[in-house]
Amino acid sequence: MDHGLGNEAMTTSWDVIVIGGGHAGCEAAAAAARFGAATLLLTHKLETLGEMSCNPAIGGLGKGHLVREIDALDGLMGRAADAAGIQFRMLNASRGPAVRGPRAQIDRALYRAAMRRALTAQAGLEIRAEAVEDLIVEDRAVVGVLGAGGAAYRAGAVVLTTGTFLRGVIHRGEERTPAGRAGDAPALRLSERLYALGLDLGRLKTGTPARLDGRTIGWEGLAMQSGDTPPVPFSFLSGPITTPQVRCGITTTTPATHAIIAARLSESAVYGGRIAGRGPRYCPSIEDKVVRFADRDSHQIFLEPEGLDDPTVYPNGISTSLSAATQEAFLRTVPGLEAVKVLRYGYAIEYDYVDPRALNANLEVKRLPGLYLAGQINGTTGYEEAGAQGLMAGLNAARAAGGRPPAVLGRDEAYIGVMIDDLVTRGVTEPYRMFTSRAEYRLRLRADNADQRLTSRGAALGCVGPERDAAWRGKSAVLARVRAAAAGLSLTPGEARKAGFRITPDGQPRSLAALLAHREIGLDDLARAWPEISDWPNFAREQIEIDAAYHGYLERQDADVALYRREEDLRLPADLDYAALGGLSNEVREKLTAVSPRTLGQAARIEGVTPGAITALLAHVRRRAA
Amino acid sequence: MTDTIFALATAPGRAAVAVVRVSGPGTRVAMERLGAGSLRPRRATPRTLHDATGGLIDRALALWFPAPDSYTGEDCGELHVHGGSAVVDAVSGALSDLGARLAAPGEFTRRAFENGKLDLGQAEAVADLIDAESVAQARQAAAQLSGALGERYKTWRQALVRILGQLEAAVDFPDEEIPTAVETRASGPLTRLIGDLDAALIDGRRGRRVRDGYRVAIIGAPNAGKSSLLNLLLCRDAAIVTDTPGTTRDVIEAPLDVGGYHVLLADMAGLRDTRDAVEAEGVRRARAWAASADLRLWVIDRASLDDSWREARALVVSGDLAIVNKADLPPSASGRAAAAAARALGLETATVSLTSWKAAAVWERLSARVLADLAGGDFPATTRVRHARHLASARAHLDRALAMLNAPELAAEDVRLAGRELAMVTGEIGVEDVLGEVFASFCIGK
Repeated sequence: MDHGLGNEAMTTSWDVIVIGGGHAGCEAAAAAARFGAATLLLTHKLETLGEMSCNPAIGGLGKGHLVREIDALDGLMGRAADAAGIQFRMLNASRGPAVRGPRAQIDRALYRAAMRRALTAQAGLEIRAEAVEDLIVEDRAVVGVLGAGGAAYRAGAVVLTTGTFLRGVIHRGEERTPAGRAGDAPALRLSERLYALGLDLGRLKTGTPARLDGRTIGWEGLAMQSGDTPPVPFSFLSGPITTPQVRCGITTTTPATHAIIAARLSESAVYGGRIAGRGPRYCPSIEDKVVRFADRDSHQIFLEPEGLDDPTVYPNGISTSLSAATQEAFLRTVPGLEAVKVLRYGYAIEYDYVDPRALNANLEVKRLPGLYLAGQINGTTGYEEAGAQGLMAGLNAARAAGGRPPAVLGRDEAYIGVMIDDLVTRGVTEPYRMFTSRAEYRLRLRADNADQRLTSRGAALGCVGPERDAAWRGKSAVLARVRAAAAGLSLTPGEARKAGFRITPDGQPRSLAALLAHREIGLDDLARAWPEISDWPNFAREQIEIDAAYHGYLERQDADVALYRREEDLRLPADLDYAALGGLSNEVREKLTAVSPRTLGQAARIEGVTPGAITALLAHVRRRAA
Repeated sequence: MTDTIFALATAPGRAAVAVVRVSGPGTRVAMERLGAGSLRPRRATPRTLHDATGGLIDRALALWFPAPDSYTGEDCGELHVHGGSAVVDAVSGALSDLGARLAAPGEFTRRAFENGKLDLGQAEAVADLIDAESVAQARQAAAQLSGALGERYKTWRQALVRILGQLEAAVDFPDEEIPTAVETRASGPLTRLIGDLDAALIDGRRGRRVRDGYRVAIIGAPNAGKSSLLNLLLCRDAAIVTDTPGTTRDVIEAPLDVGGYHVLLADMAGLRDTRDAVEAEGVRRARAWAASADLRLWVIDRASLDDSWREARALVVSGDLAIVNKADLPPSASGRAAAAAARALGLETATVSLTSWKAAAVWERLSARVLADLAGGDFPATTRVRHARHLASARAHLDRALAMLNAPELAAEDVRLAGRELAMVTGEIGVEDVLGEVFASFCIGK
């Protein structure tokens, strides 16, 4: 035992302990409790449970898919966002269903309240406001945590979701401030513990813009963007959205803005050379935009309200680490912001992350069983990415504590599976954010069918509660009935013409799906021929149309999925000694040793692992099995 | 892997002994049915082989290697028969009838490999080969091919990446300021890339032939033996064969693999004037198909009693093949005239009897012609078939992508698939794909 536990009377015992009350922590705690684990959530402040520390929005392309998947697995994020959403938009609504992403502007206070309500209502979950001083490690496994108050909490598994607390440094102009809670010794001990493990760490940075007082913005004259009517909720369980809806403003930077920024670039921590961490390519600071796209003389800014009763406005698109004075100066060159009052200046934050290749696909640290990591600490960015990992980490911690095998979603099942596989197999070089293009089976991993893909799976894995289970069973029965009915419908060209459809008169009967393949024919039109179609519920009609639209593509993808499955089914033993394996270059051997892949498919996805190496691996595995 | 495969393990052609190797769970039953049952393991035993109808095939030496102590690790058998295509064809035909299938090149080795039958050294050699084939392939391509072609591959990859970038940007960042519609931004590069691939496939015609299949028309007078030839080439009864002239009244198309190329073989109505309206329509379609085909196999009935062969002669052109059938019957005057006409046209001719399976000459001439027409000089010798096929299917995907630009997620799907085809030639590759490709292209360990 590494620690004296002090007063034994203060020791309590849990199945799962979750450290951190951000998006990963909330989902982890709730998922563990849904599984039936006695769960303790330790967080600094109850008030900041579910805090949205950056932009006041949830969802988008890829991210919206993750929210739907979290929801399908009975997680909290979708329902909380529905309760707190003040502007809903389905992105890419005019494009195909696979690339439509739900997104909403969120009232931050309403979101925190909804999250706290959900957590408080969760049976089997206890929440305490207490900092964590250290992990309790016995026999090279984590068996609990030491609270700042001196109490020892023992647990079957511990989930760490502490965000950017590892050596976080905030940069604003020339200022450098240690991030998080200055002089917070417990956090320091906890981070020292992680450093002492000798895990590979990398350094990342991200940034945030200034927060503005909406009452000082000249809204008149700005373009305004409204949400969809009616708003489409995230959650498969949510009814109609009743929260009042707001509009966002749209403005742009000007040549004057760019001139100021260009002149004061050396203030920026990045351009001044004070930041080593890699920032995300997809979320450049305004300094980056001005430098890298020097030919453009304006960039769009979305002015996003942070809440119904909150005057704070988040100016999306101009994150910066320039000095407060410079921010003040360039903001005033933006139309509508001439007299703006800044509530908080923007900054860049730099932090260490754990190379996620140190984790198994169940998010457990390979070298320290019993410890699970989720969220930003793994090199990701975004609430949705954090929440999704949190859910899987919490579920897996609970399953491990209950002696059950790991729960891992495949790349063919969920964006969650794609993300975690990317993380643990390939690591990250910039904050990892989900895009639909990361999913090779994108056409089947849609926001609209997340429940079809995952709810039964989640029920089997033990993270889906009775309410959702019942709702899904009902919906699934209707879907099956409608699909069966649709499969039985067909028209001869003559009948089709009588119903008003122009079809080549070749005597070939057309199935409903074949008719839907005609661009100008929709289900509403087909209801002329088959009145019963009008009785199908909307969600089922939508699925019939999508099935028809993607039919050929999905069928072709089935072969790829089958191939993927074959390679995923070839398990590699965890104790495989790559040093003793012939036919591998040193470079490949090191990579395989570092990641310790669990399937042949995962090994093949490791960067730099050659097909030849995979062949040698295959030969060894087959021989061992024989 | 549950099916049973067979292949000729010795070099094809005339030889004293030919070895047919069989592997898979159905081996024992197939061998028994052929007449090579109740064998002691690993002991050469003389057996009389016969086909399903009881017809004698050959007196052979049979060997039985039960799993796992065999080359592939599965149940294996070997039949050492007298050399010569006819006997081998007969054994192959009988095995096919029994549900076994012809092995893909390298498939025995692959099975051996997957069943852990290769020692570490061999496995490493295989690994080296595969890496040479895939990872270093872009480099090799540049060295082996003319450097210009290597450059072209690189350019295509870049073009593909750029196109995909356009599509994905539109899909993943709808809220960003993407200047103009994807349609207009991606269609130019797509069209150019398609043009480049066409040019690389030497000329439009070869590209089309590789992509859509090389079209071979079997033509000739009614009852000359066209359907028999088709059946023989396909080793199954695709067309109905009877002695009644005019049995085949429509164009029957069947796919055939010749040296890795996709060949479309068409059997069609006998060419003659007829009053039967249905048959006349068949003849019209046959003429149209034959005229547009890449190669015509003119089947001549050596024993023909009429001049109906003249109809077919009007369709053949220089470079086509003439098959003089019914070598087992005495030639008629009309038959001799037809054969002379074929020679006068400069056609290569082969005299065979299509009903006796002794038609290896036809197969050899057909495959030589297909390979000569399709395998262009611009591709390296070992991989040209492969390269051409991948380029052709990449092109087909890009075509579809171009048509689907209004649905960028679907267009992207096809561009990705096109990229995968190109990757088969230039480098980054899915493992299973590579294994399959490599083992099909090389006879490793054989």
